[in-house]
Amino acid sequence: MTETKETATRTIRMEVARYRPGEDDEPVFQGYDVPLMPDWAVLDGLNHIKDQLDGSLSYRWSCRMGVCGSCGMTVNGEPRLTCGTFLTEYGEGPIRIEPLKGFPVIRDLVVDIDGFLAKLSSTRPWLVREGEELPLTTEYAQTPEQLDAYKQYSMCINCLLCYSACPVYVLDPDFLGPAAIALAQRYNLDSRDMGDRFDVLNQEDAVWGCTFVGECTRVCPKHVDPAEAIQRYKLTAALRSVLPWSRR
Amino acid sequence: MTGAYRPPRDNLWFARTRHCAFFVLRELTSVFVAWTIVFLLMFVDAVRTGSLQEFGALAGRPWMIAINVLALAATVLHTITFLNLAPKATVVRLDGWRVPAWMIQGGNHSAWVVLSVLIAYFILRSP
Ligand code: SF4
Ligand code: FES
Repeated sequence: MTETKETATRTIRMEVARYRPGEDDEPVFQGYDVPLMPDWAVLDGLNHIKDQLDGSLSYRWSCRMGVCGSCGMTVNGEPRLTCGTFLTEYGEGPIRIEPLKGFPVIRDLVVDIDGFLAKLSSTRPWLVREGEELPLTTEYAQTPEQLDAYKQYSMCINCLLCYSACPVYVLDPDFLGPAAIALAQRYNLDSRDMGDRFDVLNQEDAVWGCTFVGECTRVCPKHVDPAEAIQRYKLTAALRSVLPWSRR
Repeated sequence: MTGAYRPPRDNLWFARTRHCAFFVLRELTSVFVAWTIVFLLMFVDAVRTGSLQEFGALAGRPWMIAINVLALAATVLHTITFLNLAPKATVVRLDGWRVPAWMIQGGNHSAWVVLSVLIAYFILRSP
């Protein structure tokens, strides 16, 4: 009990990247001291700054439980979900909070993800059905094994930590990238899907751009394993090129 | 988007994390894999043209031995990491059950050892 009280009165330094368009030419760090509470995540620290110290700080968040994927930032150089990263992980501090690397910064910790959204929709991340009239009335039952085939990839929350960790993406922003490919595989491997994403995925800027660094998988908070999704599709694409009848 | 800040390209990305540095080291081992193939072709050529003695003299030079020891270490690292990564590309399902990565890796390494022993047997057996 005494220990909890003591911890509560201690503070930790958060060095937060600020970028105010029109005012700053490049991001600058601003330091804030926040209470070092044992149950506070980095996001709680940011909320404390916004509520108590500096209302002009901008950042994204929503669910506070690792579900919405909007609170991804660079914490001490690593892409992390700030709602799942605790202040106590950083000892005495300081903790450096920067926007996700590899994306244009709109303001402070808010990045522009339009590029990703365009890439994602190019993979048609939905169930594609052919030769059916709307409205659909049939049920499409799946066995647990059929569900298992793609379930891991369906856990993606679009947090973009994998993009931020991927050196290929950071050097070449046109690279289709880990999450978009993992989500394409989520539908490719779904027994109900009839779509064909070969033309989008079998590209130099898509699966063949990946050099298999594996950082995407290491940082993914939902264990999606995008590196696996990409390598699997490389094999699919290669087989399909030599055996035209093999589809997936 | 107007006014957005675009960070400059990070040319030192490979030095930022231990994992990335190891990745680049592993990629560099490809140079030694290529050298091993060149060396093997030189050996085949020596057998073909009957110049094994000269080849043996060249291969026995200290600097050549040093290069080849380094090449062996690099090739072994490349092979082990390559075989360990294989389950990422080949997800095997048997009647719905996903074969765990360690089994695929174990199979790869066992096949590697068996092949190496076979090759060593044919090369090293006395004539
Ligand atoms: S694959 Fe993982 S790291 Fe990438 S966006 Fe999805 S949940 Fe985030
Ligand atoms: S706030 Fe939703 S994932 Fe962190």
